[in-house]
Amino acid sequence: METLLKMDKVCAAYGQSQVLWDIDLDVERGGALALIGRNGVGKTTLLRTIMGVQKTTKGRVQFDGADVTEAKPHERSRAGIGFVPQGRHVFPHLTVEENLQSGLSALTGRGKGLIGKGIPEHIYDLFPKLLQIRHRKAGVLSGGEQQQLAIGRALAGQPKLLLLDEPTEGIQPNVVQQIEDALRRVRTELGVTIVIVEQYLDFAWSFADDYCVLMRGRTVRQGRTAQESAADVAHLVNV
Amino acid sequence: MLDGALLAGQVFNGFSVASLFVLAALGLALSFGLMRVINMAHGEMLMLGGYLAYLTYLIVPGPLAILVAMPVAFLGAALLGGILEITVIRKLSARPLDTLLATWGVSLILQQGARSIFGPIGVGVTAPDWLNTGFTLAGVYFPSTRIFILAVAVIVLVALGLLIARTRLGLLVRAVNQDRMMAAASGINVRRVDLAVFCLGTGIAGLAGVVLSLLGPVTPSVGQSYIIPAFLVVVMGGLGSMVGTTIAAIILGLVSALSQIFVDVSMSQVLMLLAVILFLQFRPQGVIATRSRALED
Repeated sequence: METLLKMDKVCAAYGQSQVLWDIDLDVERGGALALIGRNGVGKTTLLRTIMGVQKTTKGRVQFDGADVTEAKPHERSRAGIGFVPQGRHVFPHLTVEENLQSGLSALTGRGKGLIGKGIPEHIYDLFPKLLQIRHRKAGVLSGGEQQQLAIGRALAGQPKLLLLDEPTEGIQPNVVQQIEDALRRVRTELGVTIVIVEQYLDFAWSFADDYCVLMRGRTVRQGRTAQESAADVAHLVNV
Repeated sequence: MLDGALLAGQVFNGFSVASLFVLAALGLALSFGLMRVINMAHGEMLMLGGYLAYLTYLIVPGPLAILVAMPVAFLGAALLGGILEITVIRKLSARPLDTLLATWGVSLILQQGARSIFGPIGVGVTAPDWLNTGFTLAGVYFPSTRIFILAVAVIVLVALGLLIARTRLGLLVRAVNQDRMMAAASGINVRRVDLAVFCLGTGIAGLAGVVLSLLGPVTPSVGQSYIIPAFLVVVMGGLGSMVGTTIAAIILGLVSALSQIFVDVSMSQVLMLLAVILFLQFRPQGVIATRSRALED
């Protein structure tokens, strides 16, 4: 399989405090990787480093055959990386429709008239609720609706790689199922590669092809979910 | 006993002053709301607009020169604003105090530059005949110049409102204003949005310079007279809110004009400052509490 994202000895720090040490990571095109680990081990920072909103202090990041280590977040987004951060970060004073339209900016430079075509229909197909509430301000939506919107906004930019930071955190169970189903369709129908930070090992195992366990900012174990059971790594994840 | 016509005249004057305040303050509000930048050279964009109006009158004299001067001043000030943003403000991003000091330095350089080119004495722009008239209604005289300034302010406000609410650029500006990190991660070039907004704000200041030139001579320090009231308007308006800026400009314009019924100009400025201090005691967040990036950091 072809590698879409490759991280080579990547380090990252918040000021003087180093958070990631020598991360090596390969993500296959069309695959799904689950990043797992206890709280505060650097999972979110790793996603932020891939997106470019957190600077890499050492090492290289390659995406789709190009070195993007020095690329700014908007350049990575336009290259095909979509980001659904922890806390969702929808634009609270924009409507649902405007939030989705903002995601079209990732299409800049990818083809004439792409932005003008508007919000792709498959987003409303994946999340029908968004169509019903498209004129409402994002700030007044429930957590589940905001999460669907955040994923929809990232998909509006037609990403090759989607980074998801705990997409089901703090969301009521019936909506969690909808989001999980939609993410499976994103993989199978849209062919989007996914890197997901996930606390629920059962979902991570059923969703992802590969896993990577982080501990104190380092990768301590990587492998294929088909070859091991979630119970084998549970002691590395559970407190 | 207050004369009704005098009161009505001063209320009209108040709105006229408010329209100047709005034009001078909008750019400050836009750049502070989006970029957390306090541009001390903003007053010099007014000055530049005034001098560009003067030069336009020299090159294309005639009754319509003012209408030519407006786009010239807008583009000239926007261009200088763009250069300032790229060469100074962008380099000092996330260092607000340094930005303030650096733009103050630029302000002094621009004032001295104008002094060297045009001399310390002000240059005059003669309003065309069609602006030198007026009419009387119910005992109140309405000069055309003041009505023209009011109309310019209303047109600028409506155009800016439409730009922000209805265009793709406006959508991007609102997105960047609400969540800069997420805007960048959504593919928006936030630096380019900053530049566009800064140019827009300085361009509007250039327009303010043109209308100011209709009221008095353009001097190297003309911007300084308006920058303090403009800052007061922005602070009182809620730091970055367009609606708040407009309401604050109207309040301060009325305070300034109505107080001049009883006191002289200097004392009216003191009263204006007192009005702002009092207002902020009761409503520290300003007229409109804005949730902008600048205020959340």
